[in-house]
Amino acid sequence: MTDNKNTPELISGQESLRVFESLNRGMSRRNALQMLGVAGVAAAGAGSLFGPAGKLFADEAAAEGKGKPGGKIRVAGMSSSTADTLDPAKGALSTDYARHYMFYNGLTRFDKHLVPQPELAERIDNTDATLWTITLRKDVTFHNGKSLTAADVVFSLSRHKDPLTGSKVMPLMEQFAEIKASGPNEVQIRLSAPNAELPSILAVSHLLIVPEGTTDFNKGIGTGPFTVGEFKPGVRSIAVRNKSYWKPGLPYLDEIEFIAIADEPSRVNALLSGDVHMINEVNPRSTTRIAASAKHRVVDAPSGNYTDLIIRQDQLPGKSPEFTQAMKLLLDREQVKSAVFRGFAVVGNDHPIAPGSRYFNSDLPQTVYDPEKAKFLLKKAGMESITMPVMASPAATGSVDIAVLLQQSAKQAGLKLDVNRLPSDGYWSNHWMKHPLSFGNINPRPNADVMFSQFFQSKAPWNESGWQNDQFDQLLMLARGETDDAKRAKMYGDMQTLVHDHCGIGVPVFISNIDGVDQRIKGYGTNPLGGFMGYMFAEQVWLDA
Amino acid sequence: MNSNTLWLIGRRLGAGVVTLLIVSMVVFAITAVLPGDAAQQSLGQFATPEQVAALRLKLGLDQPGVLRYLHWLMSLLTGDMGVSVSNAMPVGELMAGRVPNTLMLAGATALVSVPVALVLGIGSAMGRGGRIDSCLSFVTLAMVAVPEFLVATLAVLIFAVNLGWLSALSYASDISSPLQFLRTYALPVMTLCCVIVAQMARMTRAAVIDQLDSPYVEMARLKGVSPIRIVLRHALPNAIGPIANAIALSLSYLLGGVVIVETIFNYPGIASLMVDAVTNRDMALVQACTMLFCAAYLGLVLLADLCAILSNPRLRNQ
Repeated sequence: MTDNKNTPELISGQESLRVFESLNRGMSRRNALQMLGVAGVAAAGAGSLFGPAGKLFADEAAAEGKGKPGGKIRVAGMSSSTADTLDPAKGALSTDYARHYMFYNGLTRFDKHLVPQPELAERIDNTDATLWTITLRKDVTFHNGKSLTAADVVFSLSRHKDPLTGSKVMPLMEQFAEIKASGPNEVQIRLSAPNAELPSILAVSHLLIVPEGTTDFNKGIGTGPFTVGEFKPGVRSIAVRNKSYWKPGLPYLDEIEFIAIADEPSRVNALLSGDVHMINEVNPRSTTRIAASAKHRVVDAPSGNYTDLIIRQDQLPGKSPEFTQAMKLLLDREQVKSAVFRGFAVVGNDHPIAPGSRYFNSDLPQTVYDPEKAKFLLKKAGMESITMPVMASPAATGSVDIAVLLQQSAKQAGLKLDVNRLPSDGYWSNHWMKHPLSFGNINPRPNADVMFSQFFQSKAPWNESGWQNDQFDQLLMLARGETDDAKRAKMYGDMQTLVHDHCGIGVPVFISNIDGVDQRIKGYGTNPLGGFMGYMFAEQVWLDA
Repeated sequence: MNSNTLWLIGRRLGAGVVTLLIVSMVVFAITAVLPGDAAQQSLGQFATPEQVAALRLKLGLDQPGVLRYLHWLMSLLTGDMGVSVSNAMPVGELMAGRVPNTLMLAGATALVSVPVALVLGIGSAMGRGGRIDSCLSFVTLAMVAVPEFLVATLAVLIFAVNLGWLSALSYASDISSPLQFLRTYALPVMTLCCVIVAQMARMTRAAVIDQLDSPYVEMARLKGVSPIRIVLRHALPNAIGPIANAIALSLSYLLGGVVIVETIFNYPGIASLMVDAVTNRDMALVQACTMLFCAAYLGLVLLADLCAILSNPRLRNQ
């Protein structure tokens, strides 16, 4: 990627990763205790998770300077259909998330290091990480003039437990044993088991707060920085500045028109021709075009998104640990990074925690490409000359290219792989996790606990490789109730070691998000959660025209 | 127009209704065979079996296919096109938002492409075998061969990105002046014209040549009638039948088949609505779109046949 580094317009992946990593490490160790407020606070019996709300914007304001109010921008996401929704619970795609953060607020909000900060919650207290009390801000009103009360929060959270809501986070919400209003501005949540990560769960877009009793979500009534001017699923939405937004001085923009252009070259063309100000999901191949334009810049945001090789552990040949190990050794990570993602990726180590994230285990030895050793292992397992099909699909980003590279390196180890390229349509319901060798793609999750619980726990429905490990399951439970951050970090570190050594998942790289942005857009940053500043750009950016 | 023509229209309309019915059955059967249903599609990659079951029950997907089809047919007869399962909006409302856009684009394209195609077709028929004819043949064949996404992407690259004259995206709703109309529609209309002009021009050329070879034209030529008069006064009226059919086929493509152009220019038309509907397994919407395409196609073909009949005194006065 030397050619990219020469271009001054480009924020290089390595550079922003380094900043992100150092901030994150330094921050999480020092601040996590007071941020998550679990250890000392729980012991004392009563304490506040967050300081007074006054210093709420200190971080962002100091870092980015004061914005300029006014202006209209047009933003193009990557996918849009008649299934577009303004119901936070149903949000399925980046387009939905970006819209939801325009119109709604959550109880907490991720900052750029994925540490949850207070939003509609003024303070969050807990006893033993099980009984949580959330005190709401009192000055907040919905777009229709109604004040925010505890009943709205109870409604917004409880609806996820009803299967008919069609919530995308229903499994996550099963631990919410009881959600009740303990006062007009106070909500009590009792968890079925301790979970010290609750504040970061509350920050996910699906748990944004809607008014009690909402049935028609197309109006987008929330407490967010923008109100709905127009919403046509599959066509566009127009967000109009909420004049009575509860955060003084925000948002900066008067209007955001949000459309989607599914075709990537067309999206880049629309940016370069000045028809839109911001796009996401730029193909690494297009970055040179954007970087060559004086009016635009490429924003490279390292993220936790990965495409993984799934080696089912409950059937042959994955049942053999040697075969699984050999497949991981056959992933040429550096080549995947440079050839498939043109350097816009970070090498992975066969576990789901991205370098630089909270609790990343840096002591774990990196798996390196070693066809000789793979050959030896395959021989040992008696599988040196078998032929295996591998399922790949454009639905799992880059998986077809990764599969072809894998096919080439497998040849050197005497293993013959047939790459089956399947269409995106129906891939997740019909092929994902259903073959001995296939590819999956997992979007970033808010924290390590959610990631491990959803995709690696023995009984998890999306335990991709079907691996069973009692020690891992126990550690997962222990970590949830552990209120000492240092101990939790150790546990998550051990879990990464277990996944790395034994699970049937090969994570070659973590794929960076690439946005293309007009130079006139200021205040634009990155967030490991996803492109468009973790979908939360609306409130933060301004137009310097 | 006499009773014969009326009888033809009546018979065609009757056959049209039967065709629509059969098409709806086939489409329903095909949608049912597609992997995954509306519930799975709407809940996505990470749905739990419990949620899928609940949503299926809510959407009535637990009922047998035949019952669901009959239910849909019954409500259609009462004028209710149903509700989209992906966003709970009435299908009629969704269609109403897109149909005018599609008609606008198709209309603008027809307005440009039909005259151009006629002139090109007649021109090359008149100079058959000559330099102009070979040139036009080469160009039209090349235009048929080049896929429209290439034409569209190159056009955007040149006119929108490099020259900055036109807009890379087309919004039907943002138009307030004729100049804006031109900026918005120029590129998609140009792309579509590339595709359909070629076809129509070649069909026109063949139809006119066919007439030019006939004895009555030879007679006229021997009498010393000027070539232009031969073509316009003698050959063309007799070639209207096949030409009208070629135009009708091309225009029916504009009403439902322009999904690539809609995608590239982000133009909210009916074709992309149909693609969404299929992706989301949104049966009511798929059916409504197919019915519309099918009806438009039948209508255009009927119109072309009427043109052929009315332009031909022998058929007209039978």
